[in-house]
Amino acid sequence: MMLIPCPWCGDRLDAEFTCGGEAHIVRPDPATASDAEWADYLFMRKNPKGVHHERWFHAHGCRRWFHITRDTVNHRILAVYAITDSAPEAAG
Amino acid sequence: MKYSLWNLLRQAPRGHRDWPQAWRNPEPKESYDVIIIGAGGHGLATAYYLAKEHGITRTAVLEKGWLGGGNTGRNTTIVRSNYLWDESAHLYEHSLRLFETLSQDLNFNVMFSPRGVINLAHNEHDLKELRRRGHACRLNGIDYEMVTPREIKEIAPIINISRSIRYPVLGGAMQRRAGNARHDAVAWGLARRADEFGVDIIQNCEVTGIDVRDGRVTGVQTTRGAIRANRIGAVPAGHASVVASMAGLRLPVESHTLQAMVTEPVKPVIDTVIMSNTVHVYISQSDKGELVLGAGIDGYNSYSQKGGINVIEHQLEGLCELYPIVSRLKIMRAWGGIVDIAPDASPIISKTPVEGFYINCGWGTGGFKATPGSGWVFAHTIAQDRPHRLNEAFSLGRFESGLLIDEHGAAAVAH
Ligand SMILES: Cc1cc2nc3c(=O)[nH]c(=O)nc-3n(C[C@H](O)[C@H](O)[C@H](O)COP(=O)(O)OP(=O)(O)OC[C@H]3O[C@@H](n4cnc5c(N)ncnc54)[C@H](O)[C@@H]3O)c2cc1C
Ligand SMILES: [Zn+2]
Repeated sequence: MMLIPCPWCGDRLDAEFTCGGEAHIVRPDPATASDAEWADYLFMRKNPKGVHHERWFHAHGCRRWFHITRDTVNHRILAVYAITDSAPEAAG
Repeated sequence: MKYSLWNLLRQAPRGHRDWPQAWRNPEPKESYDVIIIGAGGHGLATAYYLAKEHGITRTAVLEKGWLGGGNTGRNTTIVRSNYLWDESAHLYEHSLRLFETLSQDLNFNVMFSPRGVINLAHNEHDLKELRRRGHACRLNGIDYEMVTPREIKEIAPIINISRSIRYPVLGGAMQRRAGNARHDAVAWGLARRADEFGVDIIQNCEVTGIDVRDGRVTGVQTTRGAIRANRIGAVPAGHASVVASMAGLRLPVESHTLQAMVTEPVKPVIDTVIMSNTVHVYISQSDKGELVLGAGIDGYNSYSQKGGINVIEHQLEGLCELYPIVSRLKIMRAWGGIVDIAPDASPIISKTPVEGFYINCGWGTGGFKATPGSGWVFAHTIAQDRPHRLNEAFSLGRFESGLLIDEHGAAAVAH
C-alpha cells in the first residue's frame, strides 16, 4: 500500500488510482515496422527490479493521468511529472 | 536411503537419529553440462527429468536463496487442468497425471489430494463461460462438469447459497480429479531425487551475469564465482526479466506481488477447493486445519514480497459473505510472492535467440500445478535443443506471430 502524490490532489491512497504500466513506450510506424518491432512495442517490457517510470491515473479523484518514477523494490517514489514530460534524467 | 516401512522400523530403535540428509550441500564445480537458474519446483523438476528421462546428470541448480523459498513455498497449492485451449489443456493435464503418481515416483509423499476443485458462477456470463470451458475440457478428455448451487452446498455446507447476497452463487463447475498437494514436499522430493542422480543443488548462489560469446552462452557469473556450461535453463519466476536481461533479452512479462493467507486452525469444515473469479475469493483447508485463502495481485509492478493490505481486505469482504462462519476466525499469517505475468496468462517455455539459453517463465499466478509437467517439457527442450510437442506453442515467438494462448478465464484469477 502506497501514498501516491497526485500532482493535483496531493497524497492519496494507491487504491484510488490505477497504474497504466511502463511509460515512454514509443509506437513504431505500423506501415514500416517489422513483426519483431511490433511485438516489442506491444508486449516486451523492461520490468526492472529498481527504478521504473510509469503512468498512473487518479481514477477515484481528479481523473487525470501523470507520470511517476518509482523503485519497484521498496516503492519509494523518486519523481512525479506531467504526462507530457519525458523521464527525469537524475532518477535514471 | 529409501523411505519405506522397513526402513522406518529399522530407524525406530535408534530414535531416528541415523536417517541420512535428504540432499547434499555441494560446492560449485568449475563447469557443468547444464546449469539451471532457480531451485523452485520447476527448476528442480527440470533437473530431475534431465537426469531421469535424458541421462544428463552433470547439472547444477543455482538458487539465490534456499530451495523452494520462492513461489513454490508461497502458493496455495491448487492443482487442476481445466484450461480452455487445447495447448494448455494438454500441458496441464500432462502435469496433473504426473502429480497422480509423483509420490511413488519420487519415493516422497507429496500429499497429492484429488479432493476436487469447484469454480463458482455469480452471473449469467460466468455460467456461460464455465459451460464453454467444460465443453472444451471434455473434448480434451478432461473431467469438468457443471454443478448446481444445491450440489455445491452438499459438498461444502459452509457456503452461503442465499439468493439475497451481493453476488449469489448461480452454479459452478467441478473438476473432481483436481485438488491440492503439499508444496514444500514437491520441492523437497524433487530435490532429494535429483541429488541422488548426482545433480548439484547449490543454494545461496545468485546468478549475477550470463556470459554470451558469438550469440552462444558459455557460463554464468555468480556470487560464488564463475561457472561454465554450454546449456543454461532459466526458471527464475518473478525474476525472469532480471535474469533474461543478463543475456540481453527482453521478455513480455511483468512482475507483481500476489498474496495469500491462512486462518487459525479449526476442525475440518471444507474438504474440497472452491474458487470464485468474480469476487476473487478462493478457499481450501490444510491438513493442519488452517483455511488457506488466496487474494489477488497488486495492480503495479513490484519486486517486494509484501503486498497491499487493501487487496487482502477486498478478498476478506467477499469471503465473509460467501462463508459466513469464517468471519470470526483470526488470520494467522499473510504473505506475498512475486509472480511473472504474461500478456496471455500463459507460460513461456522456449528456446531464445541466444543459443544454448532456454527460458521457462510466465507461470504467473498458476504454475504450481504445472511443476512436474513444466520440468518434464523443459528438460526435453534443453536435452534435445527443441521443444516437445506439448510446449511448442508456448514459445517466445508467439508474441511475434500473434498466436497467443489466451487463458485469462482459466488462469487470471483462479490459481
Ligand atoms: C500467493 C500465491 C498463490 C499461488 N497459488 C497457486 C495455486 O494455488 N496453484 C498454482 O498452480 N499456482 C499458484 N501460484 C503460482 C505458483 O506458485 C508459481 O507459478 C510456481 O510456484 C512457480 O514455480 P517456479 O519454480 O517457477 O518459481 P519459484 O519457486 O519462485 O522459483 C524460482 C527460483 O528462482 C530463484 N532465482 C531468481 N533469480 C535468481 C538468480 N538470479 N540466481 C539464482 N536464483 C534465482 C528464486 O530465488 C526462486 O527460488 C501461486 C503463487 C503465489 C505467490
Ligand atoms: Zn488527483
